[in-house]
Amino acid sequence: MSTNVSPAMAGDTTHPHATNDVAIQLQGISKRFGAVRANHDIDLTVKRGTIHGIVGENGAGKSTLMSILYGFYQADSGEILINGERKKIRSSKEAIACGIGMVHQHFMLVDTFTVLENIMLGAETHSLIEPSANDARGALQALSDNYQLSLDIDAMTGKLPVGEQQRCEILKALYRKAEILILDEPTGVLTPQEADQLFKVLDALRKQGVTVILITHKLREIMDITDSVSVLRRGEMVAHLKTSDTNSQELAELMVGRELQVQDFRRKTPLPAGTENGIEVVDLSLRDAQGKLRLDKVSLQVKRGEILGIAGVAGNGQSKLLEVLSGITSPDSGTVVINGHTITADKPINPRQLREYKVNHVPEDRLKLGLVKAFTAAESSVLGYLHQEKFSWRGLLQLSTIKNLCKKLMENFDVRPGNPNLKSASFSGGNQQKLILARELEKKPEVLLIGQPTRGVDIGAIELIHQRIVAMRDTGCAVLLVSVELDEIMALSDRIIVMFEGRVVGELNGADADKATLGLMMANAHESDAA
Amino acid sequence: MNTSNIELPAWLEIVVIPILNIIAALFFTGLIMLVIGVNPVEAVGHLLRGAFGYEGGLGYTLYYTTNYIFTGLAVAIAFHAGLFNIGGEGQAYIGGLGAGLIFLLLDQYLPAILLIPIGIMAAGFFGALWAFIPGWLQAYRGSHVVITTIMFNFIASALMVYLLVNVLIMPGQMSPESRYFSEATWIPQMHEVLGVFGFKVTRTPFNLSFFFALLCCFFVWIYIWRTRWGYDLRTAGNSEEAAVYAGIRPRKVIVTAMCLSGALAGLVAVNVIMGESHRLLLNFQLGYGFTGIAVSLMGRNHPVGIIMASLLFGVLSQGGLELAFEIPQITRDMVVAIQGLIILFSGALALMFRPWVVRAYLKFKPLGEQHA
Amino acid sequence: MPDWLLAIFNVLDDALLPTMDATLRVSTPLILCAMAGLFSERSGIVDISLEGKMLAAAFAAGSVAAVSGSPVLSLLAAIMVSVSLAMVHGFASITHRGDQVVSGLAINVLASGLTVVLGIAWFRQGGQTPSLDSSARFMPIDLPFVEAAQSIPFFGRLYSEVLSGHNLLVYVGFAAVWLTWWVVYRTRFGLRLRAVGENPLAVDTAGLSVGKLRFSALVICGLLCGIAGTYLAIAQNAAFVKDMTAGQGYIALAALIFGKWRPLAALLACLMFGFLDAIAIRLQGVNVDFSLSLFGNVWPIKGEVPVQLIQSLPYVLTVVLLAGFIGRAIAPAAIGVPFSKER
Repeated sequence: MSTNVSPAMAGDTTHPHATNDVAIQLQGISKRFGAVRANHDIDLTVKRGTIHGIVGENGAGKSTLMSILYGFYQADSGEILINGERKKIRSSKEAIACGIGMVHQHFMLVDTFTVLENIMLGAETHSLIEPSANDARGALQALSDNYQLSLDIDAMTGKLPVGEQQRCEILKALYRKAEILILDEPTGVLTPQEADQLFKVLDALRKQGVTVILITHKLREIMDITDSVSVLRRGEMVAHLKTSDTNSQELAELMVGRELQVQDFRRKTPLPAGTENGIEVVDLSLRDAQGKLRLDKVSLQVKRGEILGIAGVAGNGQSKLLEVLSGITSPDSGTVVINGHTITADKPINPRQLREYKVNHVPEDRLKLGLVKAFTAAESSVLGYLHQEKFSWRGLLQLSTIKNLCKKLMENFDVRPGNPNLKSASFSGGNQQKLILARELEKKPEVLLIGQPTRGVDIGAIELIHQRIVAMRDTGCAVLLVSVELDEIMALSDRIIVMFEGRVVGELNGADADKATLGLMMANAHESDAA
Repeated sequence: MNTSNIELPAWLEIVVIPILNIIAALFFTGLIMLVIGVNPVEAVGHLLRGAFGYEGGLGYTLYYTTNYIFTGLAVAIAFHAGLFNIGGEGQAYIGGLGAGLIFLLLDQYLPAILLIPIGIMAAGFFGALWAFIPGWLQAYRGSHVVITTIMFNFIASALMVYLLVNVLIMPGQMSPESRYFSEATWIPQMHEVLGVFGFKVTRTPFNLSFFFALLCCFFVWIYIWRTRWGYDLRTAGNSEEAAVYAGIRPRKVIVTAMCLSGALAGLVAVNVIMGESHRLLLNFQLGYGFTGIAVSLMGRNHPVGIIMASLLFGVLSQGGLELAFEIPQITRDMVVAIQGLIILFSGALALMFRPWVVRAYLKFKPLGEQHA
Repeated sequence: MPDWLLAIFNVLDDALLPTMDATLRVSTPLILCAMAGLFSERSGIVDISLEGKMLAAAFAAGSVAAVSGSPVLSLLAAIMVSVSLAMVHGFASITHRGDQVVSGLAINVLASGLTVVLGIAWFRQGGQTPSLDSSARFMPIDLPFVEAAQSIPFFGRLYSEVLSGHNLLVYVGFAAVWLTWWVVYRTRFGLRLRAVGENPLAVDTAGLSVGKLRFSALVICGLLCGIAGTYLAIAQNAAFVKDMTAGQGYIALAALIFGKWRPLAALLACLMFGFLDAIAIRLQGVNVDFSLSLFGNVWPIKGEVPVQLIQSLPYVLTVVLLAGFIGRAIAPAAIGVPFSKER
């Protein structure tokens, strides 16, 4: 429970008597989704003209809280005060009227519109487009001069790089005269350079008196730019702190609710020389449907009995690498030798065949790929394996075999509730993940591909999942682990590769890795530093 | 309150809510009757008498039911693959063409034991072919199957008019019909079958195809829920990404599902052409394909539901005739209107009553279950 | 003017002008419906119920004209009925997030049954409405200077025989295209309409109501279908006849897709489809007898022109277009997906 939170503490950082200093005040906000308590009795006070960070793990309730503030959801109980006035915010429109602007994690832009059209949409000054556009042009010129937000406003939005799309979103909010700007995980999709630029803009906004709320799970960003910070854990606000009075370690502990013990799972003894490779990738390249290079001559090896961690900011090619290795997508060029079988552009291998070759895959997106939401747990527990004779003899499903398997998997991995007849969608994220992991590990893979194994999974399950992955490695399985969580990568990986824009930009031994080095590599800054 | 995430017990989902939907549709049917000055209670009386009461009524009812089972199954199987096949109408029509062409070619030479299976296969094959094209276009060219199947209905209709008026018409005849096929192609009608056992029954078009339709229901059920291919079909229908992950090829599933769907629709010709008309006629399939959509929606895409919904529509179709006879203000078009209402309430508005049911359920469910 | 040119004009006069005249007449309901569909589909709502709305409107117009004798009153009634059906579509697919195709289909089936049921109950003529006097209909209007233009070869007769002499609703149909274009590309409403069909979440977060925008689009859609139905029953014909739309709503939908959801291109597609129909009508029962030499062989072409095949061309062409063999028809991105804020 919330041990170190106290209303007194919340009061410390603000001055209750000087309410005109306060831009936002939330009192006792609660919100439930069915059985899930997304937000519980949340208080928050943000001073005008400051940057306030909100940190928390995935699923801690950050996005829900901000969605309530922006009128996407209504709180079940609690009060919202904007500039000291009590407000009911039931829609985006009402939020905008309160001077709140939001930059969503997934941009809310019409791709086929120009930047100008996107910005004026909903805030047109005239019932015809032409005069509205002229008005907007003038106003935007002033805005971009003011905040150094340069942008080609006649460009087609969908064709802009993400950094510029995000700028379009910020301009959109400012054009609506937002005095409070909420940014939800703004750097998740940005390159480090773009992120730096964003922070410059936020700084300029702060100087002009705009209040910024920055939602993130990256502590470095909090320490770099915010004035104050609040920590959410499992739907509850557990601390309000001045950034200058805290540090990353303390915030991390608050986030997870206990002393953060990064258990070290790395190999204690080196692999014997001459251990063969489970995965060998040479010059692998892949273009997406738009012709963009997503994998650029990637080469890597994973030895049997080794965990190779792939680190990187999301969207730098890690997911595509998993897709190619698991047979979902065929490469454009290069070769993959996986457990002795060769995949090339001309000779792809179907995922089903790869499973026969003892190559198993725990996908990154469990709800889209890992299971079928409408299926029962039993049906999902044979996804990818149903063609095997024991499950479908001459094409006929062997229901009792399938159900028994599912029961066994559920017992082994402590999936709750342990009922194979329940719909897959009705399990919590952690239990879904355990079921998928159980399904794949039970096959005794010789090569294991695993993406974001603990995304959205509760703490208790994380430990179990990590232990099981390490146990596989210890049986001699070659494990390729993709994760955006550096702590996870560092705890598990015997060797680490960093990917940036589809390329491998660095490789480290697990023992030599520290966060600073990895961070620099992920930003692809280490080369330029060296030069 | 957002109720869409709250799970309800199966009996509420598959019994209570569908029945509420049908009640809503029937309520509006009653309103329409009142508007045109017909007493709904009296109308229902005539309807039931027409469907079951008089001699032969039941036979006709089951004859219509047979058609609806075929087209309902066709819609359902495509639905489980995530596809909406509106082309049952055209596929049934072309299925008839298939059986007709084969018979015109072979009916003088082969015995019934060969002709009947060949005719069934030809009807299914041609129906499948007419669905294969939209299916292939959806899978490999991304053309939306809803639009293409609508277009194919019209193309089928134009093609059939052309063929019947210009090519297949019986020489020396005015109406666009083919010649009668030899008796070896006729599927025995029930009054004949029962006659063999000494029962005297009124002559109706109700024929052995009905049992074939029931058999199809069973096989469709097995296929969808008890075989590997059905599992693949449902996987692809629910999530294309999951299918690819599992090594299932969604494109293949789309094409297969459309072909099966088209084949089932094509089997309408078995009942109509081989069981009743014994020749190819214009518009022999009229309306069955569209009714199949209502049937499938009402039967929640499950063979058991489809049989019950087909029976209801069979009653409406046959009883509607009797109704039209008794009450001149009403024609079979009333049945079409009812169909529209059922598609609306059981299909498009299927979830309208759900929030109310959820609230009632939460209020009245035993306290012990509160934590479940 | 040289004789040969005059000769060509004469041939054109006799062969082409009547066909062009007929093209305008049969295209009008297609054009109105295609514009109706454009509003709906650009807002993200699939509308296969153009057919049903037009049919119901035609019935309303025919009935009211028979009773009141007033074409204007009939038009209003038709629009009211058609807009109500559009609201049913909205209630199902916007308010209750039902399947848009299913909802559209329901409206089509309902309209096809109910018009006949009510027609028989009210007029007892087998589903038809009583034949109308010309005072109860929209009658042909002569444009100015028709007499004078008559004497000018081709262009004059083009004006007097093709462009002039249609009823008011034909001109309304063409005006609707221009108006649609103007609304969609020049007004604030149009900007929002296009946005809501591409990314409704963006519209919602911009402070606009997705539901309201889509309902407004459906009102306009209903209005235009209402005019189209009125045209069928009391302008082109003199009564409502059972199932008189005969698939024209679907052809309009095909034309809309063919025109890639753009007003002017959709207009051209409607005219093309209308032209095919006009030719098919003219060729009905015509026998041909000539030889075609192709690839070194001589093929005798003899017998009746297969009119049905010409009539099915719009559908075939649309399928070919959808298959991406002649260009690509890219639908509004959010079409067919019910809007929901829940994740």
